[in-house]
Amino acid sequence: MSLLDLSALTAAYGVSQALFGVDLSVGEGEVVALMGRNGMGKTTTVKAICRMIPSQGGLSFDGQDLHRLSSHRAARLGIGLVPEGRRCFGDLTVRENLVVAARPGPWDLAAATRLFPRLGERMAQRAASLSGGEQQMLVIGRALMTNPRLLILDEATEGLAPIIRQEIWAAIRRLKSETGMAILLIDKSVRELASVCDRAVILQRGSTVWAGPMGEMTSDISERYVGV
Amino acid sequence: MIAERWLNLAVLAGLLGVAVWARIADQPFTITLTTRAVILALAAVGLNIALGLGGLVSLGHAVFFGLGGYAMGILAFHVQTYTPLEIGPISIAGSTSMPVIWLTAIALSSLAALGIGLLSLRTSGAYFIMITLAFGQMFYYFAISWNRYGGEDGLSIYVRNGFPGLNTLIPFQFFGICFALLCLVLLIGDRLARSPFGLALNAARQVPVRVETVGLSPFRLKLVAFVISGAVTGLAGALFADLNRFVSPTMFSWQLSGELIVLVILGGVGRLIGPVVGAVLFVALEHLLGGLTDHWHVFLGLILLVIVLFARGGIVGLLSRRRLGDG
Repeated sequence: MSLLDLSALTAAYGVSQALFGVDLSVGEGEVVALMGRNGMGKTTTVKAICRMIPSQGGLSFDGQDLHRLSSHRAARLGIGLVPEGRRCFGDLTVRENLVVAARPGPWDLAAATRLFPRLGERMAQRAASLSGGEQQMLVIGRALMTNPRLLILDEATEGLAPIIRQEIWAAIRRLKSETGMAILLIDKSVRELASVCDRAVILQRGSTVWAGPMGEMTSDISERYVGV
Repeated sequence: MIAERWLNLAVLAGLLGVAVWARIADQPFTITLTTRAVILALAAVGLNIALGLGGLVSLGHAVFFGLGGYAMGILAFHVQTYTPLEIGPISIAGSTSMPVIWLTAIALSSLAALGIGLLSLRTSGAYFIMITLAFGQMFYYFAISWNRYGGEDGLSIYVRNGFPGLNTLIPFQFFGICFALLCLVLLIGDRLARSPFGLALNAARQVPVRVETVGLSPFRLKLVAFVISGAVTGLAGALFADLNRFVSPTMFSWQLSGELIVLVILGGVGRLIGPVVGAVLFVALEHLLGGLTDHWHVFLGLILLVIVLFARGGIVGLLSRRRLGDG
């Protein structure tokens, strides 16, 4: 059984339906890419998983029906989210951002600063004064400090300088090789996804249209559904 | 620009200094005035926990102030009239002991804050303001029609309640009690703001959705803050009633809720010492300008206008080095 399981998941924003049937699973220690063109339902799927919007269908984490849980309870089960558009708590310092929701486990301040040494140098600085890339690292660190079993990264490298992107991809690779944490990734860079992810799930118009091992995703498929 | 810590100490030392000077110069009225500032400061410090840390604009904090006041009034009234206070099958004689009254005030206002919070925290923004206002009005009109305890005229308590080892009728000693409580609450408030709970509350004020995604419930954080906030304001209400030896429905009035917000904004929202500075300024203006004209609120309004337009951090924000952002 997978850690995260979505089957025929549907969701709507008011009257306009956004998800029509998403099938997706992430196993323990697996790194899965969630792909698709803009507006196909990737972020909506993430919001549904994190219980930020109502949804119907099959949605379970570690065998538990997420539909019975509120957003913060789903997070407590072990779903760590790095949301699109990175918003850290600007009024708090870097250290405070990290410890505010920390839960016991291998990820503590020392581990987070080993992954992102830049954060260690700026512990007492207000988060709002960090650069965009540092804020993104902080938000990833904050999610890790909750010691999740599944980490969801929604466009974690979007709008960042190439060198910062490389740092974040390096961190994701370290997470994969050193911790065996399950990761669900959304990103624009198909090349990077292909090098990190074990499997891919492709959405089109709110439905899963393709799922399989990354190696089996031919250029034909990626051109048709992702446009690359 | 000075470090906020020194500013905090200077303000408290100033308050204590004025009272000590008034005691030496034998100016009991000045001591009473200072005590009034200290008690209003305590009430506003309570509000600041909800408003400053939690971002909850409560226009109903007079509920807790009034409950604290009536806790004192009712307990002392039954002793004064030698009639037992009957709550269902229980019959108690009332109390004239300050610690007992304080605990009752804190318990009552916490309970009320829990109930009001459970309902009103489901809303936000203007709706939250309106619901808290509505609760305030309910308590106000209830007190007016509660003839058993004076109705509209309120209750006079002839003797100030006692505190073990002190003579509370001596203005300086009563000031000392109020001042010590204010310092204690400020100390707790400071610890609270730095605790994981305080940080999470701060974060919940800035981006509630993100707080949920890290596994914290903004509703619960705000509810706990609202209860602590109500308890502190309730304690202040009990002291205020003891200062005046009088309670009346005006303690429940929405004008009082508004004044508490004004105190916090004047001094600096979310600043530890902000409400204290606001209360001192308020009482000073009330006394100095109130002697010249009945319309002294006009000047208060002007000052408030200037502060809101040009000094968003209030007076403490102007003087302090530390900047608070919006996140």
